[in-house]
Amino acid sequence: MQQPTYYEEVLRKGYSRRDFLKFATMMAAFMGLEGTAIGQVAKALETRRRLPVIWLHFQECTCCSESFIRSSHPIVADILLDQISLDYTETLMAASGFQAEAAMRDTIKRYNGEYILCVEGSVPMEADGVYCMIGGKTAMQVLEEAAEGAKAIIAWGSCACSGCVQAAKPNPTSATPIHKLVKGKPIIKVPGCPPIGEVMAGVIVHLVTFDRIPELDNLGRPKAFYSKRVHDTCYRRPFYDAGLYVESFDDENAKKGYCLYKMGCKGPVTYNACGVTKWNGGTSFPIQSGHGCIGCSEENYWDNGRLYERASSFAGFGIESTADKIGAIALGATTAALLGHAVMTNVRKHKMIYDLEEEGRADEQQLNAEP
Amino acid sequence: MKKKYLHIHRLRRVYVWELPVRFYHWLNAASIIALIITGFYIANPLALVSHQEAAFRYTTGWVRFIHFAAAYIFFFNFLFRIYWGFVGNKYAGWKQFIPTSKRFFREMWQVFKIDILMLKGKEYMSVGHNAMAGLIYFFTFIAFGIQCLTGFGLYSVTSRWWLPRLFAWVPSVLGGESMTRQIHHWTMWFFILFVVIHVYLVFYHDYIEGRGEMSSMGGGWKFIEEEAFIKDHNDEL
Ligand code: HEM
Ligand code: SF4
Repeated sequence: MQQPTYYEEVLRKGYSRRDFLKFATMMAAFMGLEGTAIGQVAKALETRRRLPVIWLHFQECTCCSESFIRSSHPIVADILLDQISLDYTETLMAASGFQAEAAMRDTIKRYNGEYILCVEGSVPMEADGVYCMIGGKTAMQVLEEAAEGAKAIIAWGSCACSGCVQAAKPNPTSATPIHKLVKGKPIIKVPGCPPIGEVMAGVIVHLVTFDRIPELDNLGRPKAFYSKRVHDTCYRRPFYDAGLYVESFDDENAKKGYCLYKMGCKGPVTYNACGVTKWNGGTSFPIQSGHGCIGCSEENYWDNGRLYERASSFAGFGIESTADKIGAIALGATTAALLGHAVMTNVRKHKMIYDLEEEGRADEQQLNAEP
Repeated sequence: MKKKYLHIHRLRRVYVWELPVRFYHWLNAASIIALIITGFYIANPLALVSHQEAAFRYTTGWVRFIHFAAAYIFFFNFLFRIYWGFVGNKYAGWKQFIPTSKRFFREMWQVFKIDILMLKGKEYMSVGHNAMAGLIYFFTFIAFGIQCLTGFGLYSVTSRWWLPRLFAWVPSVLGGESMTRQIHHWTMWFFILFVVIHVYLVFYHDYIEGRGEMSSMGGGWKFIEEEAFIKDHNDEL
């Protein structure tokens, strides 16, 4: 069976050409492409056969899928997801049971080396993988099988990229991100809890348009969406630079919309497109709603200190001790030790010091003696 | 006062710290103090109140600017010092910091006994750094390195210049910028503790040795007893 093109699908679903071009324009903008690229995107969607996709769900909460189907343009959900996920995705496909398993095997066989494997969720490795089993197979087995013939792998969300909450200490199920399990395949990491729907759509459209994976940074994230910190695109940044901060969530400064840095905002250490693309069709993003960024697209964000404080606790010294507290104690101890040392010096090295002083006095007297 | 035989020393002026070393020392001290003060502010900015519009203020902006300016000075100064460790005089040489001989360890043990445990014994007085101090300075250089790596690693994203961009890999190796910032912050405490102990020990040596330790970083001279020239001439580190 020949796969239809994206455009054919768009028309079949009852969208007009105008809708289609709007969609192409929007996607080009999200990907940060210049105006002339809109034609390229439209052309690609018109002529390219749709990519066969397998979308797997492991240890996750499905917020990535939720985010994806809510991205601002209905075509994203209708065409990209509906069609691409037709092959196999546990949450949205119509088939179930043996039928579904057969559909997946079928896609793997028929489109060997062509299909895109999307993975949502991490893989539990503890206890032979019993913490996540689908159709009698462990997540790892399913992943291995599906990754084998994949053209590229997209790791959706922080679970698949770094393990997210289930990998937080002590990580009881040994939740493991995809890039640590699959070698030798290009992996695109799209972190976030969840990632922004438009970003996810952008990654897919890029694959379709240019027929290659987008340019990635050294952590494997598409540069188009993850090359800037939230802090660098945040509209509250002037308050940060001015030194005007919210001191508590219900103070006057919070009402004035000052910077949330001291409320533990992780914008300065978080790479994501929230400040630009925003959420829910560009309605808002956490900082715009008066809440600091929690850094959900960063590795280990659950273990990197508390969400509402700047100072992070010192690993291994208990929850309450920050680096500054320990530093202050060490400073106190050092000062006490030095005081002790000073006293001991005067006791133990008394003779030496006494002699030096005597020598100095004698010299002084000799110098000042009447001629 | 009890009458006793007083040995009046004849002192000779020894040029220990050359001008570049002194220059490095004070530039380093000034930049580290600036980095610590501004670093504390960046970690936990003061709660300033103002009726001015944000557009007319740039407080944190300036503090960060000072941090980065001092960071550049600190960094190039550090590089210069490494260079000088190969071309400077004996007291500035890299061998003062990295244990390469048995004698180095012997001297460290001696310093430990005499200056730290305060045991009685033959007083050991070196002209430049003693071996213990040398090794601690070596650790300090490592801390300089950590601070430069993490600092420029954090800075790289905000810069287009190739030099800071060279450090762009650091946060990804350390597991994100959050971790990098924490390491950067913890390492600051090493500097604070170092400064306290360092200043104390300068007083201490000046006090018990009477060789002008305190002023040596000013003029470069120490005043060494004539005996040292005869007896320890070949034995000195
Ligand atoms: C003695 C050396 C230094 C000390 C004591 C020091 C101290 C600090 C401290 C305490 C912070 C706040 C960290 C936090 O809690 O978030 C900081 C931030 C920072 N430091 Fe340093 N630092 C030093 C050297 C450097 C160097 C060499 C650089 C290189 C450019 C640098 C660049 C930075 C940057 C980029 C930040 C983050 C500032 C921001 O994003 O607003 N630091 N430093
Ligand atoms: S609110 Fe957060 S991201 Fe925005 S300027 Fe302040 S610290 Fe940066």
